[in-house]
Amino acid sequence: MPIEIPTLNIAALTPFLAVTVTAFVVMFFELFVNDKRILGYLSLLGLAVAAISSVMLLGVSPAPAFQEMAISDGYALVLNLIFIVTAALSILISLSYLGDRALQRGEYYALLLFSTGGMMLMGAATDLIVVFMGLEIMSIALYVLAAFNRRKMGSGEAGMKYFILGAFASAFFLYGVALVYGATGSTNLSAIGNWFTSGGGDLTDPIALVGLSLLLVGFAFKIAAVPFQWWTPDVYQGAPTSVTAFMSVGAKAAGFAALVRLLMVSFGQAFTLDWQIAVAALAVVTMTGGNIAALAQKDIKRMLAFSSIAHAGYILVGVVPGTIDGVQAVLFYLMGYAFMNIGAFAVVAVLEHRVAISSAIEEYAGLAARKPLLAAAMLLFMVSLTGLPPFVGFWGKLYVFRAAVEANMSWLAVVGVINSAISAFYYLGVVVQMYMRPAAATEDGEEVVPISLSGPVTITLAVAVIITVILGIWPTPLVNLTSLAVFG
Amino acid sequence: MLEQVPVSHYLLLSAILFSIGAGGVLIRRNVIIVLMCIEMMMNAVNLTFITFSRYLDSATGQIFVFMIMAVAAVEVAVGLALLVELNRHKQSVNIDDFNALKG
Amino acid sequence: MLQEFEFLGVLGAITLTIPVVTLIIAWLLRPKKPNPAKQETYESGIKTIGDTWVQFKAQYYIYAIIFVVFDIEAVFLFPFAVALRQLPLYSLIWAIVFIVLLFDGLLYGWRKGALHWN
Repeated sequence: MPIEIPTLNIAALTPFLAVTVTAFVVMFFELFVNDKRILGYLSLLGLAVAAISSVMLLGVSPAPAFQEMAISDGYALVLNLIFIVTAALSILISLSYLGDRALQRGEYYALLLFSTGGMMLMGAATDLIVVFMGLEIMSIALYVLAAFNRRKMGSGEAGMKYFILGAFASAFFLYGVALVYGATGSTNLSAIGNWFTSGGGDLTDPIALVGLSLLLVGFAFKIAAVPFQWWTPDVYQGAPTSVTAFMSVGAKAAGFAALVRLLMVSFGQAFTLDWQIAVAALAVVTMTGGNIAALAQKDIKRMLAFSSIAHAGYILVGVVPGTIDGVQAVLFYLMGYAFMNIGAFAVVAVLEHRVAISSAIEEYAGLAARKPLLAAAMLLFMVSLTGLPPFVGFWGKLYVFRAAVEANMSWLAVVGVINSAISAFYYLGVVVQMYMRPAAATEDGEEVVPISLSGPVTITLAVAVIITVILGIWPTPLVNLTSLAVFG
Repeated sequence: MLEQVPVSHYLLLSAILFSIGAGGVLIRRNVIIVLMCIEMMMNAVNLTFITFSRYLDSATGQIFVFMIMAVAAVEVAVGLALLVELNRHKQSVNIDDFNALKG
Repeated sequence: MLQEFEFLGVLGAITLTIPVVTLIIAWLLRPKKPNPAKQETYESGIKTIGDTWVQFKAQYYIYAIIFVVFDIEAVFLFPFAVALRQLPLYSLIWAIVFIVLLFDGLLYGWRKGALHWN
């Protein structure tokens, strides 16, 4: 009896394959190339191919691939663009940052690309097996990247902590998958959805209930939602800053990608008020917890870590209504967040100097006098992260909160606005340091460490500033792009 | 005659194994033992999958187990590599000794 | 229900009895003439130099890591091999792609000196 091999429709996964194949090529050339920066530029080329193929696939009607295990619908392709932007901006930071620290290695770029591939797989997955594979490809590469600075004890520690807690969360996620599989008889997202609508299942089934809760725990860990956020500050502080920039946006976006598709496709019908209340509670706790903890931070990387927790909370507000408008608002937010947050980390990466590696907020005192342009860029990112017009952060928050208001959850939007006001204290604290405090007096004989801006990281800063401002004044192009994000 | 062991027994066993593993991760301080506990949680999940696969008569669960085994192996490899690396900085495998990062 | 596991108990009892009985018979039959050389831990070996509880070289773990990754290969190739005769020919291509990717990893480890024992 011959076994039928189903049509695979590999074309639908072209962006993923472009990134993964580039990663293998980079790893191969690592053995023979001496100037590792070439590999960084090669990675950018691979990302460009992935971006072009994503845009081209946007014009084609979505087709399932690998026996309905993945799909290249508008939702997956817009997410691909978010991941590609994140990876490209991070690689540009890395080209400068790693070079300063003699960490320039080909493996770094290969791992970063593998991680990006994992994220794309999570966005495109329509089966829990593929969600799991994407999650692990992304995470395992990130564990190693976090520990990449071998000379620094903190980096290895960050990698180890991230690894243990990440594997722990993966186990919970897997147990959730196993229980959902047992209750519904399938791991396919739409088959699970059908079980709820026509298969006679409902959310009062205890096995499905526990399974879904465990899945939520797994995702909450990846997007760093309170109370599953403990790892975030340590990992963000210890990891090389270029990696922190990458995972603060990429891993969060990928976690949301799979979570939103799961909630919309599988639990769309069963996504009743009870579950909305649960996710809304998660959003409120995450926003408030992240913001209050951020107020007390003295280190800018830890401050940005807690701020990224708070942003996960704002994004969750867009998930709560369970409408396609909410989903598109989430994607708008993520794309804007990619530019402003990576921009902020680029400034941090530039200022972390080689001799005494430090990222204490006090060291930003007097920056406006020393480097006016750099300080102005940081000011802009901080204001945008606060959510004030006329920057992209404002529109992101506006769309997310509007989705909540339209779903008759105005109270959630109110909590979000109050939280944004709280966040102004710590974001503007950095601005006060830069513009109103004089630089710390240097002791006799101590030289002021020069701040050097090398080529690649300047490109990241310039792109991040330009996009943050342009989309702030004229958000229509991004609104049009995210409106293509529909489930196929 | 062993076929008569009901499904619930397997599920209960895997739930117990999973809980022991999870408790171990939270309580034990030796990183290597923590790795073993995580492995135990993964294998408890494998048992659940196999049970449901047999019960539902569907192959998906077994395929999933293959994937979990592969991922678990990779995780152990990465975990051991990270530990060897950390060990060069600090001659210890105790989680409480890794405390360079604080807020 | 418990009767179904009866044979496990019987099996366990037998497996425990046989070695214990053999050891007792040997103890009864053997001549007892101890001397210092016989009392050594390693009767026909050399004495250990230094502490027995030394830390293994980190290199040993690198071998273990490479082994762990490659032994999983069998899990995926075994079902493929079992179904080989029923599969169309081009499925072989996918198996080859899989092995080539693993070989890429081995080549990488080799070139990086992970297989070189100092």
